[in-house]
Amino acid sequence: METAPKPGKDVPPKKDKLQTKRKKPRRYWEEETVPTTAGASPGPPRNKKNRELRPQRPKNAHILKKSRISKKPQVPKKPREWKNPESQSGLSGAQDPFPGPAPVPVEVGQKFCRIDKSRKLPHSKAKTRSRLEVAEAEEEETSIKAARSELLLAEEPGFLEGEDGEDTAKICQADIVEAVDIASAAKHFDLNLRQFGPYRLNYSRTGRHLAFGGRRGHVAALDWVTKKLMCEINVMEAVRDIRFLHSEALLAVAQNRWLHIYDNQGIELHCIRRCDRVTRLEFLPFHFLLATASETGFLTYLDVSVGKIVAALNARAGRLDVMSQNPYNAVIHLGHSNGTVSLWSPAMKEPLAKILCHRGGVRAVAVDSTGTYMATSGLDHQLKIFDLRGTYQPLSTRTLPHGAGHLAFSQRGLLVAGMGDVVNIWAGQGKASPPSLEQPYLTHRLSGPVHGLQFCPFEDVLGVGHTGGITSMLVPGASEPNFDGLESNPYRSRKQRQEWEVKALLEKVPAELICLDPRALAEVDVISLEQGKKEQIERLGYDPQAKAPFQPKPKQKGRSSTASLVKRKRKVMDEEHRDKVRQSLQQQHHKEAKAKPTGARPSALDRFVR
Amino acid sequence: MTANRLAESLLALSQQEELADLPKDYLLSESEDEGDNDGERKHQKLLEAISSLDGKNRRKLAERSEASLKVSEFNVSSEGSGEKLVLADLLEPVKTSSSLATVKKQLSRVKSKKTVELPLNKEEIERIHREVAFNKTAQVLSKWDPVVLKNRQAEQLVFPLEKEEPAIAPIEHVLSGWKARTPLEQEIFNLLHKNKQPVTDPLLTPVEKASLRAMSLEEAKMRRAELQRARALQSYYEAKARREKKIKSKKYHKVVKKGKAKKALKEFEQLRKVNPAAALEELEKIEKARMMERMSLKHQNSGKWAKSKAIMAKYDLEARQAMQEQLSKNKELTQKLQVASESEEEEGGTEDVEELLVPDVVNEVQMNADGPNPWMLRSCTSDTKEAATQEDPEQLPELAAHEVSASGAEERPVAEEEILLREFEERQSLRKRSELNQDAEPASSQETKDSSSQEVLSELRALSQKLKEKHQSRKQKASSEGTIPQVQREEPAPEEEEPLLLQRPERVQTLEELEELGKEECFQNKELPRPVLEEQQSERTPNNRPDAPKEKKKKEQMIDLQNLLTTQSPSVKSLAVPTIEELEDEEERNHRQMIKEAFAGDDVIRDFLKEKREAVEASKPKDVDLTLPGWGEWGGVGLKPSAKKRRRFLIKAPEGPPRKDKNLPNVIISEKRNIHAAAHQVQVLPYPFTHHRQFERTIQTPIGSTWNTQRAFQKLTTPKVVTKPGHIIKPIKAEDVGYQSSSRSDLPVIQRNPKRITTRHNKEEKL
Repeated sequence: METAPKPGKDVPPKKDKLQTKRKKPRRYWEEETVPTTAGASPGPPRNKKNRELRPQRPKNAHILKKSRISKKPQVPKKPREWKNPESQSGLSGAQDPFPGPAPVPVEVGQKFCRIDKSRKLPHSKAKTRSRLEVAEAEEEETSIKAARSELLLAEEPGFLEGEDGEDTAKICQADIVEAVDIASAAKHFDLNLRQFGPYRLNYSRTGRHLAFGGRRGHVAALDWVTKKLMCEINVMEAVRDIRFLHSEALLAVAQNRWLHIYDNQGIELHCIRRCDRVTRLEFLPFHFLLATASETGFLTYLDVSVGKIVAALNARAGRLDVMSQNPYNAVIHLGHSNGTVSLWSPAMKEPLAKILCHRGGVRAVAVDSTGTYMATSGLDHQLKIFDLRGTYQPLSTRTLPHGAGHLAFSQRGLLVAGMGDVVNIWAGQGKASPPSLEQPYLTHRLSGPVHGLQFCPFEDVLGVGHTGGITSMLVPGASEPNFDGLESNPYRSRKQRQEWEVKALLEKVPAELICLDPRALAEVDVISLEQGKKEQIERLGYDPQAKAPFQPKPKQKGRSSTASLVKRKRKVMDEEHRDKVRQSLQQQHHKEAKAKPTGARPSALDRFVR
Repeated sequence: MTANRLAESLLALSQQEELADLPKDYLLSESEDEGDNDGERKHQKLLEAISSLDGKNRRKLAERSEASLKVSEFNVSSEGSGEKLVLADLLEPVKTSSSLATVKKQLSRVKSKKTVELPLNKEEIERIHREVAFNKTAQVLSKWDPVVLKNRQAEQLVFPLEKEEPAIAPIEHVLSGWKARTPLEQEIFNLLHKNKQPVTDPLLTPVEKASLRAMSLEEAKMRRAELQRARALQSYYEAKARREKKIKSKKYHKVVKKGKAKKALKEFEQLRKVNPAAALEELEKIEKARMMERMSLKHQNSGKWAKSKAIMAKYDLEARQAMQEQLSKNKELTQKLQVASESEEEEGGTEDVEELLVPDVVNEVQMNADGPNPWMLRSCTSDTKEAATQEDPEQLPELAAHEVSASGAEERPVAEEEILLREFEERQSLRKRSELNQDAEPASSQETKDSSSQEVLSELRALSQKLKEKHQSRKQKASSEGTIPQVQREEPAPEEEEPLLLQRPERVQTLEELEELGKEECFQNKELPRPVLEEQQSERTPNNRPDAPKEKKKKEQMIDLQNLLTTQSPSVKSLAVPTIEELEDEEERNHRQMIKEAFAGDDVIRDFLKEKREAVEASKPKDVDLTLPGWGEWGGVGLKPSAKKRRRFLIKAPEGPPRKDKNLPNVIISEKRNIHAAAHQVQVLPYPFTHHRQFERTIQTPIGSTWNTQRAFQKLTTPKVVTKPGHIIKPIKAEDVGYQSSSRSDLPVIQRNPKRITTRHNKEEKL
């Protein structure tokens, strides 16, 4: 077979041919089949969401100046990846100008690498090393594949940019609504429900459904995008909190006395009397746990898949009414009146950690989706952002004029605080950075004091429950533009939902695995490993893995006399002993060096210092 | 040969004689004993001598060694008394007969056959057989080792092993077998055939291909000739070089070397004229060579050869010459180039050379200044200073003279010469005065000559000043070290905080810089009041003063916490202030006041610290107290066992690992182990791993489809062994892995399917 010519070689006739080939020849059938190609446009226009905040050719120049909502290219385009390598020797003979698989940018691939190569490994034997190499190669390959498939994340987050020097916080909802397309403009709405008091609200995990409950017993669930009401009831009791369970078909409502569970038609399914006087609800979707914080000071975990209470933990800190979950590791954060925030797992009877955050009581806690930052607000009118990666130190602190009563993080790390009847939103620089509290990103005034806040997942929408009802406001760039169709698909059908439910139940994570480091499962239990080793040594009477004692090799020519053997043995022993002594000395030195002050030299005048 | 034959004949004769004599001898044994004795012995000796001529057939004639009185006929002095009786001898008749020769031969043959050794016992035989068999089989089986290893390491094994190569026919072949059936296809093919468009490789028509392949004959010939010529030239050159290399004549080599040196010199001269920069480079090279020479002991007459020559030199003129030659070579190599140029200068040499040299000198001085040796540095600077001071008086008249000469240079060349001479003298005197500092000297002496050299002088001065300044600054630093701590105490964010900035840009050199740094940091602090920063700083402070009592430390920690919580954080600029606040401003103030009052007594921090202390205490390993009160002493109510005893029986618990929240005053992290989660963790290390971290590394990547792409997931979860249902898995054969099953079947295997083998090879090549 003739190899295809390289483009670099200059073979004039060929070049000509190539160029003519490149020009699209007119096919004789083209005139006939024009309508068919038009009909073959792929599928219905899917993934329309989040496009709403794309820049539109504005009719109003004034608004354009005020708020330019546009997109930025996020991922460097990898052009012509679709050109398959088989075409190299195909029918046309044309050569792939970009042979081989498309290059993957290193930093994108790095994102998917899980192996921490910074940690040094002890010296390993050849066999072990080969296994390690295999593992590393696998990791690299999978990460590259993952990085390649990032191309499929077609949607880009929206954003709001003021003209130079212009404050985005001054842009009001009306402006945004005017600038965006009709579909997304429809996502801004107000529900005037003045009768049934302040409302709490909750979006389902797919972001498609909204449930809200008023203090005076009004409970409703609706498909908020289409505004189709699913159910609306009055439970004739004070509603403290409301939460969707794993799907939009089940609804947990914390009522004055007990916890009730309704389905999406408003039929009461369960009344859980072991969870009484619940103030706050949280649902851990991967563990199928409903965490309830009660006035009696108990944190109760209810496994909704089997209907059992997994753990009821006494927080010993009085009434609990501040709770949030860490989406990264499913740890529950409770805020207490003594200014501390405690972190809980159902496997432990005591808090995993306790952080002193405020001088007064803690009013609100929120954790961002990466589990890196925690925002707290207290009675001392301060809003703090803590680093949760081991240090638990405040990264930034601000005093708010009235203190924030409610806090929430969006999927992309925007922080919203409800202060009285005002909602303030702060944004960070990038996705992984904490929100900078210097300048609010957006502000909005509501018709009543805020009572509940939540960002809608996969929609640039913030839902606010207040005394006047519910407000859904547009916050460009709040949420993840790309959803996982297998995990939480906003457009899923009933059948899909049922299938997902089965799958999710099969993949349910046991409750006892909740701990601060969710990757702990990928670690060896060192303590029991050592214990086992010790037991084995005891059982056998010797250490099978211990280094064999030195045995001098027999030598020729009369040098293998007993005396010389003993001498050699002694030498090795002495050497080892010396090593040991040296090491211990070094350690001592280290200790001393650590203990030693690094400050100024003692001076003669020190003796007069009192 | 003749001697041998003679001896044989003699022997035969003597034997006959003997035989003949024997009866006689016996007869006259007693009577003629004495008389014949001598003659007999003589005869015997003769016989011996004769028989000894022939080495082969020597017959040992025994000699009676002991005198015996009785000589009976039984006590015959027999010949060959020491020998065994040979069977053949019995057969031997008096006269040799040929008929018995065959029997004799047979007998000898029978005798020559050795006795058959005893057979080994059965076990031993079996053992040997087993050993051999084992070795053979091991050798045969060892060829499977790589296969086994490969299969063990393989990610996936597919059974049954033999698989047909999937026939991937190139699309052209498929196309050629394909017939156009529908009218549309026919039309397309018609079009293609009309234009003679090739179906298989559409880019090139056969004509084009042919034209491409062809290369004109002339061109090819020319190219070939060119190549040939190049090859021939190369071989000539190589041969010549080889020949020259083999020449042993010293003189020849000397001449060649000299010629080379001359040539190099010439080239250098030329280069200097044409391209001064390149010449400078050359000079540098020479300088480098000089340096190398100075460093090495190559021509110092210290080698083995030189020592041996030194012994000889006293007597041998040649040896002496050789040594001197070497020394001279050393001198030549170590000679400083400058000297030569100096002389050139004196002769009114070109100034550009001098300029070339001047920077060298400056460089040297700089190098000294930068160098680590402070002694050298000091002496150098002082030398330069001295030189400067020494020159000062001379400089003035000289300068004047210089001016004069500059004014009337053309008119009085003689005067200039005089000046030059004087300079030379001065230089000499200077050299006498300061012999040690040769490096700095020539520079300083030259400096007076013209403006360029003056510039050099100024540079040198600047350098020395800088050096001085450095010294001073160092001193200042030393003195300021005492003051720094005080500064620290006064300033809120002094030097100590620097590590917080993570990168320490440079060492603080002077006090001013230090102050500036402090200012900067203060500024930064003002810009961004960060509680973390402050906290760390305050954490740092106790470290600085360890002599402070521990209570103080604790206090500081508390203060620290307070700091943390009470930092004045800037209030947010909010466009929309909550309405309630605006409306009821006074009420709000009241409210705030109320809160303040409410929390006044509520010491959150103290409570928290107390809690933390309790947690720390609870998590500490407990000591075991084994004292028995009343054992060996009085016991009872109110009596405590003595301190000594308590100390003796107290088993101290080993100190556990440091707490995670040791340095985090505002956090309590539980140290309890999550046993429920631990039950899910791996508790035993699998085989090849010796450390848990190694194993952890292999399980860190998730393999589920939630975290991976579909393809990656499939690849990660491929089964180790794949079998085809309904197929018999036969044991592996040599053919399956490309071996020949045995030596006999070698050929047939290859002949049977040569294609497969070649394909395998191809595959390997590809890999």
